[in-house]
Amino acid sequence: MGNKTDIKYLSPVDIELRQQNKYCRFKKMGIDYIDYKDPEFLMRFLNEQGKILPRRITGNSLKFQRRLATAVKRARQIALLPYVADNLK
Amino acid sequence: MTTYETVFIMNPVLSEDQVKETVKKFVDHIKSNKGKITNEENWGLKKLKYTIQKKKTGFYYLIEFQADGQMINDFEVEFKRDERVIRWQTVKLEKFALAYADRRKKKLSTNAKAE
Repeated sequence: MGNKTDIKYLSPVDIELRQQNKYCRFKKMGIDYIDYKDPEFLMRFLNEQGKILPRRITGNSLKFQRRLATAVKRARQIALLPYVADNLK
Repeated sequence: MTTYETVFIMNPVLSEDQVKETVKKFVDHIKSNKGKITNEENWGLKKLKYTIQKKKTGFYYLIEFQADGQMINDFEVEFKRDERVIRWQTVKLEKFALAYADRRKKKLSTNAKAE
């Protein structure tokens, strides 16, 4: 007979871990053009290996995530951003 | 007349006047094809984030110009033929990009005046 004391939750308890609601940084700040020429700004959206962070982490809207991706790829083309890096930050 | 923006990287072994000469060559090429230069920026010697043709640095140069579309193909061939330029990229400037470019020009000119 299992002891009666331990309570088994049928549905997993969802713990609010991530911040409440992510916002699209570009919409909020009213930026309309992501410039591929300043790497400092673009680097915020790359992880340590130089990969583009996914939307679920940065919270970007689809429209701006695509523009960001093209800007990063253009910056990589002219060697402002690395394709592969080990300690970017 | 659509506006384009070309950033190209020149070989770091070039001397100062060779860099000027290559830039002049491309500027003349645009002008001869009825293009109009709206902005030029010399970023000078910068470190590349990865080695291109076994080089770690390069002279960056930016040319913003207005031209018609057919001219761009042989402009690119011009780059391909010139071995002093190791990397180039031509980008068409759309609505938002144009507004951004103008803001950037104003900002740079004010900085230049401030110094």
